[in-house]
Amino acid sequence: MKISAALVLEDGSVFKGRSCGAEGEACGELVFNTSMTGYQEVLTDPSYKGQIVTMTYPQIGNYGITADDNESRKAHLSGFVVRELCRKPSNWQCVEPLDFFLRKHGIVAIENVDTRALTLRIREKGALRALISTTDLDAKSLQAKVKKVPSIAGLDLAKEVSCHDKYLWNEGYRDLGRPLHVVVYDFGVKFGILRCLASVGCRVTVLPAQTPASEALALKPDGILLSNGPGDPEPARYAVEAIKALLDKRIPLFGICLGHQLLGLALGGKTFKLKFGHHGANHPVSDLETGRVEITAQNHGFCVDIDSLPKSVRTTHINLNDKTSEGMAHQQLPVFSVQYHPEASAGPHDSRYLFTRFRELMIERKESPSRC
Amino acid sequence: MPKRADIDKILVIGSGSIVIGQGCEFDYSGTQGIKALRQDGYKVVLVNSNPATIMTDPGMADRTYIEPLTPDFLERILEKEKPQAILPTLGGQTALNLTVAAAERGLLKKYGVELLGAKLETIRKAEDRQLFKQAMLAIGLDLPRSMVVTDVSEVKQAGRELGFPVIVRASFTLGGSGGGIAYHLEELRERVHTALEASPIKKVLLEESVLGWKEYELEVMRDCKDNFVVVCPIENMDPMGIHTGDSITVAPAQTLSDRQYQEMRDDAKKIISAIGVETGGCNIQFAVHPKTGRRVVIEINPRVSRSSALASKATGFPIAKIAAKLAVGYSLDEILNDITRATPACFEPSIDYVVVKAPRFAVEKFGEFPLDTAMKSVGETMAIGRTFKEALQKALRGLENGRKGFEAAALPPSGDLDAEETLIEKLAMPSSSRIYVIKTALDRGMSPEDISEITKIDPWFIHQMKEIVDLEKELAGKSLNEDSLREAKRLGLSDATLARLSGKAENWIRAQRRRWGVRPVYKLVDTCAGEFRSQTPYLYSTYEETGDLKVRPTKKKVVIIGSGPNRIGQGIEFDYCCVQASIALRELGYESIMLNCNPETVSTDYDTSDRLYFEPLTLEDALEVIEHEKPAGVIVQFGGQTPLNLVLPLSKAGVNILGTQPRSIDVAEDRRLFEKALRVLGIPAPANGIATDARQALRLARKLGYPVIIRPSYVLGGRAMEIVYDDDSLRDYLKRTLPTVDHPSLLVDRFLSDATEVDVDAISDGTDVFVAGIMEHIEEAGIHSGDSACTIPPHSLPPAIIETISRYTKALALHLKVMGLINIQFAVKDGSVYILEANPRASRTVPFVSKATGIPLAKLATHVMMGRKLRRLLPTRLLRSSPLPLPYTATKEAVLPFIKFPGIDPKLGPEMKSTGEVMGIDQDFARSFAKSQEASGLSLPGSGSVFISVRDEDKPEMLKIARSLRGLGFSIVATHNTYQFLARHGIESTRVAKIGEGKPDVVDLLKQKNLSLVINTPSGKRSRADGYAIRRSALELNIPCITNIHSCQAAVNAIAVLRESPLDVRSLQDYYKQLPYRPMLRF
Repeated sequence: MKISAALVLEDGSVFKGRSCGAEGEACGELVFNTSMTGYQEVLTDPSYKGQIVTMTYPQIGNYGITADDNESRKAHLSGFVVRELCRKPSNWQCVEPLDFFLRKHGIVAIENVDTRALTLRIREKGALRALISTTDLDAKSLQAKVKKVPSIAGLDLAKEVSCHDKYLWNEGYRDLGRPLHVVVYDFGVKFGILRCLASVGCRVTVLPAQTPASEALALKPDGILLSNGPGDPEPARYAVEAIKALLDKRIPLFGICLGHQLLGLALGGKTFKLKFGHHGANHPVSDLETGRVEITAQNHGFCVDIDSLPKSVRTTHINLNDKTSEGMAHQQLPVFSVQYHPEASAGPHDSRYLFTRFRELMIERKESPSRC
Repeated sequence: MPKRADIDKILVIGSGSIVIGQGCEFDYSGTQGIKALRQDGYKVVLVNSNPATIMTDPGMADRTYIEPLTPDFLERILEKEKPQAILPTLGGQTALNLTVAAAERGLLKKYGVELLGAKLETIRKAEDRQLFKQAMLAIGLDLPRSMVVTDVSEVKQAGRELGFPVIVRASFTLGGSGGGIAYHLEELRERVHTALEASPIKKVLLEESVLGWKEYELEVMRDCKDNFVVVCPIENMDPMGIHTGDSITVAPAQTLSDRQYQEMRDDAKKIISAIGVETGGCNIQFAVHPKTGRRVVIEINPRVSRSSALASKATGFPIAKIAAKLAVGYSLDEILNDITRATPACFEPSIDYVVVKAPRFAVEKFGEFPLDTAMKSVGETMAIGRTFKEALQKALRGLENGRKGFEAAALPPSGDLDAEETLIEKLAMPSSSRIYVIKTALDRGMSPEDISEITKIDPWFIHQMKEIVDLEKELAGKSLNEDSLREAKRLGLSDATLARLSGKAENWIRAQRRRWGVRPVYKLVDTCAGEFRSQTPYLYSTYEETGDLKVRPTKKKVVIIGSGPNRIGQGIEFDYCCVQASIALRELGYESIMLNCNPETVSTDYDTSDRLYFEPLTLEDALEVIEHEKPAGVIVQFGGQTPLNLVLPLSKAGVNILGTQPRSIDVAEDRRLFEKALRVLGIPAPANGIATDARQALRLARKLGYPVIIRPSYVLGGRAMEIVYDDDSLRDYLKRTLPTVDHPSLLVDRFLSDATEVDVDAISDGTDVFVAGIMEHIEEAGIHSGDSACTIPPHSLPPAIIETISRYTKALALHLKVMGLINIQFAVKDGSVYILEANPRASRTVPFVSKATGIPLAKLATHVMMGRKLRRLLPTRLLRSSPLPLPYTATKEAVLPFIKFPGIDPKLGPEMKSTGEVMGIDQDFARSFAKSQEASGLSLPGSGSVFISVRDEDKPEMLKIARSLRGLGFSIVATHNTYQFLARHGIESTRVAKIGEGKPDVVDLLKQKNLSLVINTPSGKRSRADGYAIRRSALELNIPCITNIHSCQAAVNAIAVLRESPLDVRSLQDYYKQLPYRPMLRF
């Protein structure tokens, strides 16, 4: 094998491999994703901003890139690491091979890496700062460079991936009778969430992350969705302030992922960084109210501290693997959120009922505004 | 929800004999289930007729019934044991069918038993095509268009509505038997006719063809709280139209996008709930149109299956164990994931490797057959690699079919139009060798797109294979360097293949790899792609940078080499022995390390041994594991011929072989050395010699005197072994056989006509020999011992003969310096004992003898091999009293796969053809024989007409039988000669026309079901055409047909005894109470 790319970690270890994406250098926090399918969704998920993702499944790109599975308009992650990238994909929906896509979107990628060894290292040491280069293969020089990569904690990445201007979303709209209007705070929203909202009869307006609450409320929405997004919730103080204002207005709120964490902060809770996060499509989450388990898609490096939440908030879902917070609801307000991704994409569709629950909450609130 | 407290005794139904379509995966699942239930404090009653299983070990269930799997016997067990519930979902189709039959008889109500895992309604909905279709349409799912027919007259309309080709499926059959594909009306009529015969409920489903569509299977589980998980999506490389058991399959699914896969998962969730599988696992098959993506549901199995065993091994998620726990009320989130021991079982495994399963066909027995929707393979291998390419290579070289991996088929050399046409024809016709034809096509430069077009295999797979071919082309003619060698190993090429490509010896490649440090590392199967720490060392090799586990430098560890894929001649019996050995080693304080590649087995369950290496059993792969682990020694005695073939090269490589030493094995296998040993010991053997060409063979045969038994040396399961009666048939044999053997070395023995064959299993420690089992065959010598019924204790041998056999056994075992097991075959003729052959290893009969005597032979042998003495292990009385005095009789009967192979004559001979066995146990021989027949599916009639036609040699014996039958009230039907012969001896019979003599002939009588038993012994010299037609018709019409005069006598005796009183049931544990010694010894 001709060595044409290298991956270096902050602990000094170097993995040599072959370049399979754009040429250049990319740095970020290295995490692993355990989904066996859905690399296209991962590549286009804004929540991966600032991260290098290694896929634990060794053969990536088998079905190529499809026209309908993008989660945003571009690829957001910094770099991509795989064991083997497939250049001859096969699928009836395939429009181009994965390596074309990577180059088109300027994603630096490396293959022929022992991704399991890499994964075990991340498991033991936690998410690590890392750098991929196709231009510099010198170990010493790379080790020096990786030390300068900033940590993801404390960075406000949401603002970077959010839209600059508001826009409307109608794709996948299903008329279910009572049309509802939902405003989405875009901290890095996935199209999957917008599609799910539309599919339960919502007209959607997407707003930039830093929109003040008053502007959002001026659109007279029936409910507001706080979207997923990348990185650490702490630096996004503007969002926490806006959410506090929305809470005062008792408007139905649904938080997903980063939205869940921001809501937690706005309610007075705290968040903390997980060792290597949850990134995959097989995490069991228990619905504490029904006792049922949902197999969920997850993608987060930070987490709401359950014990830090005020009494007015009850935990509705927990992760069965590590017992961390997966969902909460306000005892009095029409407000709930989940840490995982009910829209899935990629992942099982077990939790899509939450969009219906949000719809019902909005209808209830609309019909008897005084009750909540 | 906690486990149920309202039940305490559960009956588990096993799957009976190994047959095509139902392999040892159900021993694996049943064993897991039983263990799980007992851990939860339930009393478990087991019924299974197959003695070669781990589950029927008397220590497994609380009560073990080795009884026929029929409603009659089930009723007696229910009556006796009064369980509150039956768990029918672990024993394959056999258990489900038996459960349905019992329910239909009202037995469940009568005895107040509840079904766990799958309710009757659920089984019906899943199994009855019409109900299934309704259920699927009701939840809005798409299916192939279809219709049910119950009569041949309906086929014309069906053909019009569905369009050809039409898929034919018989309801309620195993492995799709009775099914097929019809391309035109005439064929459809024929197929429907056969299928109606095969279906116990006389219903046949005709379906729109989805031939060539992509095929997927999901292994799913659901609990009482409606939690649902997919354990594993499996993609069949071979498209729809080829039975999944015969397909190369891959896990996880490779060519579906996440959205496409999740939609399939959504369907599966709806299906399991609509069918009503409330607790447990099921297998759901889908077909996907390769161009449009249209997805249709094909079928569901509301039980554990071959695929679920595969999914369990592929992911580390123990489906059967969890299914058993769910059945008694647990929910998935209450069960811990065994592998991580920190996370719950309520999750979907994520795997970071690729798994390939490849089917093993009995080509050497039944030839090449085109593949269709009826399963034909007899076993399988599974392989794990980091890429499809690596896993495919490992799976193929694990098949032990003579190929070293992904190799080209032998086809006429390319160049002309004919060669091109042959190639395309072979690609188009699915067969057991098509994978190798694809290699040839790629070698010859055919494009992956064209190959995919012809084979309907998704181009992704072909492109992957092309990468292998491309690398081979790159390597050709160049000398290997470190880089290219590493690259080749990463694509899975075996040392043997590299040796061929580079024109070097395999050893040279190995030495080179060592020099350059190109060695495999071992990674863990951990259910979670590395996210959590694994507590269970289940490993596979791959050529990557880092291994997962550091090997502990203890010397107290032993590697056991397993038996690889099931095949005729080497099946579950050997896995049973390997598992026993592993248990024994752990009891002795050794770390046991299992090496095997058969996903159906208990030995490849991750908790059977301290470490499991899922690897092909080739020299290369075994050596790497051994060098990685550095064990004290390696056990090769228990896995059949597979590990035995590795003995010499392993020992040359300096590996310590435990137990009997290579030199002794060589003496037993080398004809000349063996002869010498027998002469020294004064043990007679039939006169024999070795011939290396046709002329010599003829001369030798004449010298020895016909008939002679002839075979190439070093063969397994009596391959190409025949009895020849004269020069002509010998010439014919030589013409057929000589071209197929590499080094013509033919063993020619004087054949002892009409001799009684005896099998002996013994254990020697070098000082003492324990003769554990002396088994008398029912069929005469000349019928392969694997295909013969046999009984323990011997039912007719005089004490003096038994004494001689015992003496010879001891003398030979000591002379050969056997340490561990030895199996010897004897023939008894006219009061003399002759030795036929000796194998210093575990035999096929070890589990049978263990079950019959209550002494776990493989375990005992393991203790001996680890240096303990028999005198310390067994009470002196027991050691001296060999053979053991048994106050009851056990009979083993073989089960044959003839029905799966159209055109094969269902008769026995020196070449083994059976796939499995059953055991009957009762107070006397006649009763145990009757049970063994019942269990093998041959239900002895109590009355009716018997057709008799025997060869001349059998006529005197036949008179006795005919008289007995008449005495029992049977009427006799015979063709002209036999009719007259009987009349001459004063026995009345009805005359029937021979085939060709006019109508109705004997086959017509069979078709009209006017016969209840057929006795037809094939003429020795050559099989006559009408004999074949009779046997084949009887087989297809499911009319008992006995082809051997000795079993006929036993059958008639059994019929007579059955008249006196019906057969009773008794557990092994109860039989053992009658023994004059303490059974189930722990050593």
